[in-house]
Amino acid sequence: MFRSGLFASLIVAGVGMTNPSFAQSTVYIPAILELSGAGAVSGTNFRDGMLLAIDEINAKGGILGRKIETPLLDTQSDAGISRAQVQKVLDNKPFVILGPVFSGSVLVDMLLTQQAEIPEIVGGEAAAITQKGNPYVFRTSFGQQFSMPKIANYMRDGVKAKSVGVLWVNNDFGKGGRDTFIKEMNARDIKVVADISTESGQADFSADVVKLKGANADAIFVYLNEEESARFLREAKKQGLNKPLIGETTLLGQKVIDLAGEAANGVRGHVGLTVDAPIPAVQEFAANFKKRFNYACDHNGIKGYTAVYFIKHVTEKIGKFDSKAFAQAAHGITISPKDEPGILMEATWDNNGDIDRISFLGEVVNGKQKVVETLPKLGK
Amino acid sequence: MASFIQLLVSGLATGAIYALIAVGFTLLWQTSQTINFAQGEFVMLPAFFILAAMNAGAPFWLACLIGIALSIVILGILFKVIIVDPMLKYGVLPLVISTIALSLFLKESAKDFYSSQAQPFPTLVPATDIHIFDAVVSTQSLAVLAVAILTVTALNILLNKTRLGRQMQATAQNPTLARILGIPVQRMVLYTFLLNAVLVAIASILVSPIYLAKFTNGETLGMAAFIAAIIGGFNQVRGAILGGVILGVLDNLSAAYISSQYRGAFPLIVLIAVILLRPQGLLGRIEERTV
Repeated sequence: MFRSGLFASLIVAGVGMTNPSFAQSTVYIPAILELSGAGAVSGTNFRDGMLLAIDEINAKGGILGRKIETPLLDTQSDAGISRAQVQKVLDNKPFVILGPVFSGSVLVDMLLTQQAEIPEIVGGEAAAITQKGNPYVFRTSFGQQFSMPKIANYMRDGVKAKSVGVLWVNNDFGKGGRDTFIKEMNARDIKVVADISTESGQADFSADVVKLKGANADAIFVYLNEEESARFLREAKKQGLNKPLIGETTLLGQKVIDLAGEAANGVRGHVGLTVDAPIPAVQEFAANFKKRFNYACDHNGIKGYTAVYFIKHVTEKIGKFDSKAFAQAAHGITISPKDEPGILMEATWDNNGDIDRISFLGEVVNGKQKVVETLPKLGK
Repeated sequence: MASFIQLLVSGLATGAIYALIAVGFTLLWQTSQTINFAQGEFVMLPAFFILAAMNAGAPFWLACLIGIALSIVILGILFKVIIVDPMLKYGVLPLVISTIALSLFLKESAKDFYSSQAQPFPTLVPATDIHIFDAVVSTQSLAVLAVAILTVTALNILLNKTRLGRQMQATAQNPTLARILGIPVQRMVLYTFLLNAVLVAIASILVSPIYLAKFTNGETLGMAAFIAAIIGGFNQVRGAILGGVILGVLDNLSAAYISSQYRGAFPLIVLIAVILLRPQGLLGRIEERTV
């Protein structure tokens, strides 16, 4: 599908790199994203959310009078290519880098951005990302250390599970989630009766579903990337797996629902970000996104959108394009929609670069994600 | 026991799809010494033809027929005329490299013209269950198995019970002698390309509801079918069928009973064992060549 915004941004990027006078009127914030490969759903959503915010901000004069210049670089969902792309953009002295979304790529890239002292606003959710003492990495979604306790409480209090099966994807995202989740289960005396790893990009989940059926757990925790989640749900429906399927945002996202069809109905879980949140600003964003890109945004779109407004707000606060000062000012900051409407929900970034804000419990009903409860910020 | 039956049926269904793709590999090899490394992408592409037809308003059954027809033209006739015929005279290796290039071209084209994101694909039958002993078996798996068996049976009848099939076999076994006997060799070779196109289109219809339609699907499928063809015997259609079935069942059973983390390794272990112990494949025949 032809996207005028993407095209425009690429032209801006191309002109910016070849015309120094133009470059002075812009601020260089490259995006390194999963635009193809296993992470394409996540990366393209992040990209489109980001482009929407960039165009809104540029239409109003940019940040501190400079338009945002964002070339898009594809990681092909590969950590090695992602690192090479980061190295490439670092040569052009970026102010901030956006992306990537895959945790494995973030963990590789963040060493380079830390050395270069360039802030990186990432979409990765692996707990390890913000536990390495890197002052230049920030995220706009929950890390697993924040989301898993919420899911664990729901397993205990909402589902009342005494035993669970865990299905996870064997990459940094999945392994981090699986480790944190099992720790939380042990802390609540919930027995893990099946612990099944799957491959990124796996297509056939029939053996995994059979194993889960055999484990006879009270509930099943599914922690896969979006496309694999959809394939799993289809197979689970095909084989009549009738246990509660509980997950995180990657199980309840709109793209998963679109791909899995009826098989997604009944799935429940914790969603850090959702366009179905009962918040007018989020719903207005979702409508604008759908109008422009002709598909329903998932949580990665919100990550991308709020990441750009996070950059705008912090930069305007420090009043200059200074990467180091940006990183210092971003730690401990709280941004309210009253001060920055594009942030959508009040959010606080801690000293590790982790975000804290309200989140939601959701359920898929008739092919739509329905928010059943709003959970407060952890810091409140 | 119930789990075993479920795994077996599901593995047979997956294996049957691999078998269809692997049969295409062997057909092309036997008649034209073409090792088609774009075979996986040939399976990926018809799903997008079908989705495009459905987007244009065609019902699923009609879209499938359109998809098969387009596959015959593009993946059968055009593939032979544009890629195979000009390259074959330079030997097997340049043709192999050409098909690798073609696979990249098809993959990137599908991404650019459709989407990099996976697309839902309709199933042949609704998702209901059948109880066999204590096992719950999906009707979708049984439907996949039934269609694959019907396709392979029809192919066998064509190859072994019809005059056209015997002419194709004669062409595969000895093209020079076949030509002397008055068999239109070039036309027979073309027919095998058309057959391959139909097989990959059917495989695409069967596999896409499970894999979802995505431009990267060919990577997994092409590799699986290639391994299946080598295990069963690259120069025998029945060998390719056996190889596909073994691979599908082995993948499921090893993931369930040994290790899901190492499931990708087991087919390769079998492949190595076959190459060491029976290089011609389980049902293949030894081919001698002079230099």
